[in-house]
Amino acid sequence: MRTPIAACFAVLSLVVLSPAGTAFAAERQTCEIPGYLLFGNNELKRAEAAVTKDRRLTIAVVGTGSSILAGPDGPPSAYPARLEAALKQRLPGVAVKVVTLVRTRLSAEDLAQGMGKLLIDEKPDLVVWQSGTVDAIRRLEPDDYRAALDEGVETLHKGGADVVLMNMQYSPRTDTMIALGPYADAMRVVAQQHEIPLFDRFAIMRYWNESGEFDLFSTSHGVELAKRVHDCLGRALSQFVIDAAHPNPAQQN
Amino acid sequence: MPQVPLRPSSIWAIPVPHERPPDMHAPVAPVVTSGRDLRLDLFRGIALWLIFLDHIPSNLVAWVTIRNYGFSDATEIFVFVSGYTAAFVYGKEMSERGFVVAGARILKRTWQIYVAHVFLFAIYLAEISYVATSFENPLYAEEMNILDFLKQPDVTIIQALLLKFKPSNMDVLPLYIILLLLFPPTLWLLLFRSTLALGASVLLYVLTWEFNWNMPSYPSGHWYFNPFAWQLLFVFGAWCALGGAQRLSGVLQSRITLALAVAYLAFAFVITLTWYLPGMSQYIPPRLEEVIYPIDKVNLDVLRFAHFLALAVVTMWFVPRDWPPLKTWWAWPPIICGQHSLEIFCLGVFLSFAAHFAMVEISGAFWVQFVASALGIVIMTAAAAMITWYKRLEGRSPGSRPRKTPDADLAGGEA
Repeated sequence: MRTPIAACFAVLSLVVLSPAGTAFAAERQTCEIPGYLLFGNNELKRAEAAVTKDRRLTIAVVGTGSSILAGPDGPPSAYPARLEAALKQRLPGVAVKVVTLVRTRLSAEDLAQGMGKLLIDEKPDLVVWQSGTVDAIRRLEPDDYRAALDEGVETLHKGGADVVLMNMQYSPRTDTMIALGPYADAMRVVAQQHEIPLFDRFAIMRYWNESGEFDLFSTSHGVELAKRVHDCLGRALSQFVIDAAHPNPAQQN
Repeated sequence: MPQVPLRPSSIWAIPVPHERPPDMHAPVAPVVTSGRDLRLDLFRGIALWLIFLDHIPSNLVAWVTIRNYGFSDATEIFVFVSGYTAAFVYGKEMSERGFVVAGARILKRTWQIYVAHVFLFAIYLAEISYVATSFENPLYAEEMNILDFLKQPDVTIIQALLLKFKPSNMDVLPLYIILLLLFPPTLWLLLFRSTLALGASVLLYVLTWEFNWNMPSYPSGHWYFNPFAWQLLFVFGAWCALGGAQRLSGVLQSRITLALAVAYLAFAFVITLTWYLPGMSQYIPPRLEEVIYPIDKVNLDVLRFAHFLALAVVTMWFVPRDWPPLKTWWAWPPIICGQHSLEIFCLGVFLSFAAHFAMVEISGAFWVQFVASALGIVIMTAAAAMITWYKRLEGRSPGSRPRKTPDADLAGGEA
């Protein structure tokens, strides 16, 4: 995994960012993320066209249990809804819609089967595909996992949708028990081969844990911690999508 | 079997027996007689420490481990040295006392490792059950499903005893069990047809890659350390111990080999750097990426094997057999850990669970990680010192029979 240098940066940026970090932490989580964790070289061309030409952006989040929160106020607090809110704020005048297709306990292979139907039902410009934890818990073959991702991404590309892959949550308590490594690596390979952006949720959450933003070791922070983490993830993902789709180059400079 | 001439200056040198009297019962073979290479213990001890550090999740101290600076990691060192020492100890036994006696001792050792594996599995079950039931963070509702496998204990526990169900971080011992189980015939072939044995090992490795052979796991998938592929490193280590190192000494001492090894290590370092600094990966030509990726740990990717060889060449160049620091006090802790590798390996796995537990229950702060890592190494060293002391005590105690054969446990030849 990418511990050493990431951690160097974590320490460095902690030193640099801490005065700003503490000032606002009281009212709202700042959830700072160093740029190297958020920005890549791969672009989202279809999403860009949808935003600039059609002034609308439909995103489908496909995933498993970690893409939802339980409880009556779970859905509006989970990261897909937070992503929608953040994008609406950042892209005024664009009709942003985020739909979710979450199936707990389904492997990547199962989710890949549903991609064709998703394209027809929702006609998304962009699909955010979260996976890996279920496959790792069930110890499915990493090669099969990679093949499933590959197949799903191809289906989505053929159907005219951009894809962002999202890896697992960083879960320090279960780190010894769930071997995420081979699955995270497989996802990285697929992202490289298809030149699609990978939202490194694992590294981002680990960064937050190491920088003191969140105490993810905790057993009993209850639903509040989960909501705050999802809010930060949704905002980070919106930044990530906007950067990869760079809908307004003039503003970016 | 032709005697391999001993070159006094050769690195990796193991004394080769001089002319053996022709009336030996056992067939003559180029096996080691005496003289333990402390470098093997040193590097195996260090490998055990690195495996311990790597097994503690989210451990910042694990930056120092070699997997972050190249393709191979401590596993390669461990497998190679274990093959080397197994051949060192049991090779002598087999040529002096015959196939049956040596084979029986190898199988006894295999059984010990199996028992150690089952013991670790019990500890793992205790830890996972505790963590999963004391875990009430809604953020991690999905990760809670880790206990799903215990819904069918009748199946899972039997699969674990059959070495098909292996919790994470518990893949190394099953690999050893298989390698040692098949070691008696392998060793026999290595002793009497060493080139053929090494050739067969390479062939098995190539066929494994060609036909995707592996052992099945439960509930699905395959072994994380594919024994059909990893046997190559083990057999190569054994081959080196039985005279192969002498045969290679010309190559190993050449400056060209050293230059190639250094160049390859530098290349691997740059590639590894791009994993941590994604911005750098744009400087790697896509065609090169296509060739090298994925670097397959399961099947001991040839890039990993080459990286280990390069590391070994460079190490042997700068650390000669009679390297003075080997006799100093600071080399003593890793050396004694390397001499009791099975005990210290198991202790290391247990301690990595314990260190993780401490990080979860106390704090994940860096000082906790540092203290847990350092304390773990101290405990491993203390345990190794205690085992050394205990064995010496046993050997001296009245009534104990004098041992003619070298103490296999001390020699650490067993995995």
